[in-house]
Amino acid sequence: MVQELGYLKETPSQTAGPYVHIGLTPNFCGIGGVYEADLGTSMINDKTLGERITVRGRIFDGADTLVKDAVVEIWQADSAGLYNSPAEMRGTADPNFTGWGRCPTSAEDGVFSFETVKPGRVPYKDGRRMAPHITLWIVARGINIGLHTRMYFPDEAAANSEDPLLARIEHRDRVATLVAGQEGPVYTFDVHLQGDKETVFLDI
Amino acid sequence: MSDKSNSKPETGVFFARDRAWHAPAFTPGYKTSVLRSPQRALLSLDGTISEITGPVFGHSILGELDNDLIHNFAKSGESAIGERIIVHGRVLDERGRPVPGVLLEFWQANAGGRYRHKKETYLAAIDPNFGGCGRAITDEDGHYAFRTIRPGAYPWPNGVNDWRPAHIHFSIFGHGFAQRLITQMYFEGDPMIWKCPIVGTIPDRKAIEQLIAPLDWGNTIPMDARAYKFDIVLRGRRSTLFENRLEGN
Repeated sequence: MVQELGYLKETPSQTAGPYVHIGLTPNFCGIGGVYEADLGTSMINDKTLGERITVRGRIFDGADTLVKDAVVEIWQADSAGLYNSPAEMRGTADPNFTGWGRCPTSAEDGVFSFETVKPGRVPYKDGRRMAPHITLWIVARGINIGLHTRMYFPDEAAANSEDPLLARIEHRDRVATLVAGQEGPVYTFDVHLQGDKETVFLDI
Repeated sequence: MSDKSNSKPETGVFFARDRAWHAPAFTPGYKTSVLRSPQRALLSLDGTISEITGPVFGHSILGELDNDLIHNFAKSGESAIGERIIVHGRVLDERGRPVPGVLLEFWQANAGGRYRHKKETYLAAIDPNFGGCGRAITDEDGHYAFRTIRPGAYPWPNGVNDWRPAHIHFSIFGHGFAQRLITQMYFEGDPMIWKCPIVGTIPDRKAIEQLIAPLDWGNTIPMDARAYKFDIVLRGRRSTLFENRLEGN
């Protein structure tokens, strides 16, 4: 016998279920008075540095039906490309920017929406720079383990063309599933869970 | 983050997730997963700084009753109806190290199995003194605790006669966005666990057993509340001895 590695196993994921809002966004689902505000509803304030943008989108299932009971969380660098995290060793991120947001998809029209800033570029492991991107994490009834994906910016074509993650997508027509649409400061990122238009999801 | 020790924050890349241990996306016994599961393979990527980092929340976000579901929605002087329990445990990583300063959020049905949610139509009554949500942040040893009432089982429209076992939903942050996890805690001895299609999405019995909290008699408070212990394991980090330095390139 050899020595045992002695590692523990990760706690297995389970679906967030249809009532995920009770725990993550209680005010959104009418449970008032427990928390002052739902976490993640505000990422910026008056002093936040950078270009103000809106990121909004919808989520579709494999029958092109809107997923109206999901919760989307986003995580991104500040306008200078620094993360507001203790594991960020390259500098101190903008203290007026959380980098993290959380929004349920609307029960009426299925839309999620974030008021944020455009992120700066951050390095890949080998020192190349990644294109500006926002990481999304999606949970919902019917999703057994949270889905990670990334949103890239259509007005960053040059950066996108040298992005190490986008370069690894073998089926090149699928790169477009990670690039948002744009109208001025509003970026639209629709997610397709399954089928011909399926978004690229990540094992990270 | 805990500053109990002077060690630097950990910046290693997370261990790859064992996706044979977790439920696959497509689990037809759980019907909603059929159209909500990606069919293409996931794009695998060794973690970058976008995943190694993640939000951390300070204790300042917590209200006094945030970890007391018996009282945080109740009218003054009243409390939720049901079996009073304490749920506590530690958040560890796969290397067995405590994960301090991480936010946990909990939600659950009331003692009769009824959720306080407008989409919920189960005929069991709402408890006017029970909201069903709470949160806590782990201490320097990775420990958390909250007080609640034991949730009831409830029926759901999947199979003709499917019932969820009593469970509490958990959302856990960790220190990196790649550690983000949502799961469900079940109760020792509940025969419903082994009939549930959502539990059954997990292929390995040992993995399911990791979601079952044992009765913790030692921490039960006489004449007050029984205790259940639920430890949570998040992904471990590689040591950075021979990693490329992200900041140095």
